[in-house]
Amino acid sequence: MNILVCISKVPDTTSKIAFTDNNTRFDSSNVQYIVNPSDEWYALVRALELKEQLGTGKVSIITVGLAEDDAIIRKALAIGADDAIRINALPADSFFVASQIAEYAKTQDYKLVLTGKETIDYNNAEVGGMVAELLGWEFITPANKLDVESDKVRVESELGGEILVLEAPMPVVISAAKGMADQRIPNMRGIMAARTKPITVVEPFNVAPLVAIQKFEMPPAKAGVKLVDPENMEELVRLLHDEAKVI
Amino acid sequence: MDTMEAKKTALKGGEWLIKETSYQDVFIPEEFDEEQRMIAQTCNDFLQNEVYPLVERLDSMQEPELMPSLLDKSGELGLLGLNIPEQYGGFGKDFITGMLATEVLGAGHSYAVAISAHTGIGTLPIVLYGNDEQKAKYLPKLATGEWKASYCLTEPGSGSDANSGKTKAMPTSDGKHYIINGQKMWITNAGFADIFIVFAKVEDDENLSAFIVEKSFGGVRLNAEEKKMGIKGSSTRQVFFEDCKVPAENMLSTRGNGFKIAVNILNIGRIKLSAAAVGASKKVASVAINYSNERIQFGRSISKYGAIRHKLAEMAIRIFGAESATYRASQNIEDRIHAYSTEGMDAAQAELKGVEQFAIECAMMKVEGSEVLDFVVDEGVQVYGGMGYSAEAPMDRAYRDARINRIFEGTNEINRMLTVDMILKRAMKGEIDLMGPAQAVVNELMAIPDFGDESNELFAAEKKAITQFKKAILLVAGAAVQKLMMQLAKEQEVLMNIADMAIKTYIAESVMLRAEKLVALRGEAAAQIYIDIMRVTFNDVADKLWVSGKNAINSFAEGDEQKMMIIGLKRFTKFEPVNTKEARQRIAQKLIEENRYCF
Repeated sequence: MNILVCISKVPDTTSKIAFTDNNTRFDSSNVQYIVNPSDEWYALVRALELKEQLGTGKVSIITVGLAEDDAIIRKALAIGADDAIRINALPADSFFVASQIAEYAKTQDYKLVLTGKETIDYNNAEVGGMVAELLGWEFITPANKLDVESDKVRVESELGGEILVLEAPMPVVISAAKGMADQRIPNMRGIMAARTKPITVVEPFNVAPLVAIQKFEMPPAKAGVKLVDPENMEELVRLLHDEAKVI
Repeated sequence: MDTMEAKKTALKGGEWLIKETSYQDVFIPEEFDEEQRMIAQTCNDFLQNEVYPLVERLDSMQEPELMPSLLDKSGELGLLGLNIPEQYGGFGKDFITGMLATEVLGAGHSYAVAISAHTGIGTLPIVLYGNDEQKAKYLPKLATGEWKASYCLTEPGSGSDANSGKTKAMPTSDGKHYIINGQKMWITNAGFADIFIVFAKVEDDENLSAFIVEKSFGGVRLNAEEKKMGIKGSSTRQVFFEDCKVPAENMLSTRGNGFKIAVNILNIGRIKLSAAAVGASKKVASVAINYSNERIQFGRSISKYGAIRHKLAEMAIRIFGAESATYRASQNIEDRIHAYSTEGMDAAQAELKGVEQFAIECAMMKVEGSEVLDFVVDEGVQVYGGMGYSAEAPMDRAYRDARINRIFEGTNEINRMLTVDMILKRAMKGEIDLMGPAQAVVNELMAIPDFGDESNELFAAEKKAITQFKKAILLVAGAAVQKLMMQLAKEQEVLMNIADMAIKTYIAESVMLRAEKLVALRGEAAAQIYIDIMRVTFNDVADKLWVSGKNAINSFAEGDEQKMMIIGLKRFTKFEPVNTKEARQRIAQKLIEENRYCF
């Protein structure tokens, strides 16, 4: 069974966020990029575990990005993916990315497409659903556990404090969330093998993005924390009422 | 490329003292490639995910299986086999990649000591001196961690004077075995080691021989765990060999070659210790920077106060210096190894010779790396204020764990003396021409000072200063040799002064070369902060050279000669005025913005 894992590059969580061009563009200078954690820790690692369990098939990764993203791709290859596809275009928006992935996936025989639940940069959580729609496949999100049983998947999804147990026929798109797998640290063998694993570069097909970014804004600075003496509940009520205006 | 290669490989250890180095010939950490960065990331992930959650439990020593299990996991990741050849189950990575991994893992407290003892002094003797059978038998298991190694050199009466050990290896009458008897102490990893590299004297030999001893041979008895100031989670015990019967084929190298093995393994250990200290320093500095941003006093983060900013900047400046010099020397070693291999030498021999060639730099970096770390942890405690003294806060462990680094792998005093001793020995042997340049310095003192044209070009002042600093060393060392002659070896205070001058000059030059290379790679505007680091370094090194040089000269010279030398020293340790306050402010600002060590 061949599995396609969609990975995205995101700024490292310690990156300083800044904008250029009159706040219309993200300033990527000096930004350290990493593989989006839920793509890497949950989607990719679970795909590898499934391949190891089943003993057959291939795990491919796909990303939409330019040549500079090869470093991120090789990290995923070092973790254990067999090969990689890079759609040679800037990821304009979720629809553009999903369209490219779906367009490529159509030509292959994947039974399972995995994405992370969401990326930690824009947190749109859209690509998985869009890919499913474009392919005409079922879509499950968030998936906290995933097992494959012959031609269907069994998924546990934690929503609103409840666990839904779902089944769906394959092929299927699944967005992976916490609990599905544990982070795998690339080992030396993987790191060295990553150099020789194939990265196929595919030119994008023509599709217009649906979203254009008008402007970025930083969230307002957080106000300091006020500590209230536990004996002084009147003061707490006053603060909540007069200052925070929540009661 | 060919000519550049030739130039690089032509460098000899200690030669920096009399030769100019071009920035094109040095390696800087910014040049690590993608694969090396990935390896570093793996090491860092391993610390974050597997080691840091366990530091308390490791240090409590209540679970003896914990540390070996971490080594097993390190083996699964391949971290134990980085420098083991591929044919013996390792990954055959080059020297500098091993240094990078050592640096990152160096922030791992007790675990750092355990893994470096295993991969370094435990495994390297077999990698470098083992014959094919020994390598085939031991290295694959050491690479996976199935067998864990330790190194038994020190004895109760034989520490710095390693060749005076009393442990004996007596050949059996059939010549098939040696019976080892003796007592070793401060043996890292002893509690769980399967393999002991044991140094002992065969019969009444003057020199040590080295043996690979398996615990399963029997006759190996362990004392209880030592109670230590720091690195409490690393197993350290006395090891007694009591009629331990070792097959004759387990002798490493040849009879009597043990001291040489010990010395060469220590050379590697020394420069690796510097890398590990740099890694630990970066971690501690980052923790301190983060705390200074969070801790509010008088209504503001303490990182806004000049006294704290000075500390943060100074930590970074010193780390940057040690790191620059460590990797500069590492690349020299790498180039040498490569050159020897190209000449047809086998890999182990090439590595040994390459490291041996740069033994001076290894000793210097051991001193500098460990002292930078001690400075950083000390100031780390200070930045934490009252919390720095709390055993609940992270600085307590960092402070205690750092201290051993000035002691093991040869104390810093021994390494300072070795630095000068090796430089002088090479000069005597004619391997580096010190006498000519030293005489030129004396002549220059007699002549009218050449004030030269002041150049405003970037790095002109630093390049001139480096030339002058080296003259200062030659002046003091040359005069010391002439005045004290054979007595010099006993004048340890003077040796310490000269070693300090050499170390600080090497650091300053390495910082300058790195800054110059960064300007070439990224442009001057983007490299401004490195220029700040460089200028503060030069400002401070000039003063340190003056103090060390003055103390040395005043100890052995008098009258007109003393006056003339002091005037000369003053001239050679001059550096243009630097507004170090503003430079440190800028450096600190960058650290505070990034909220971590970021250079």
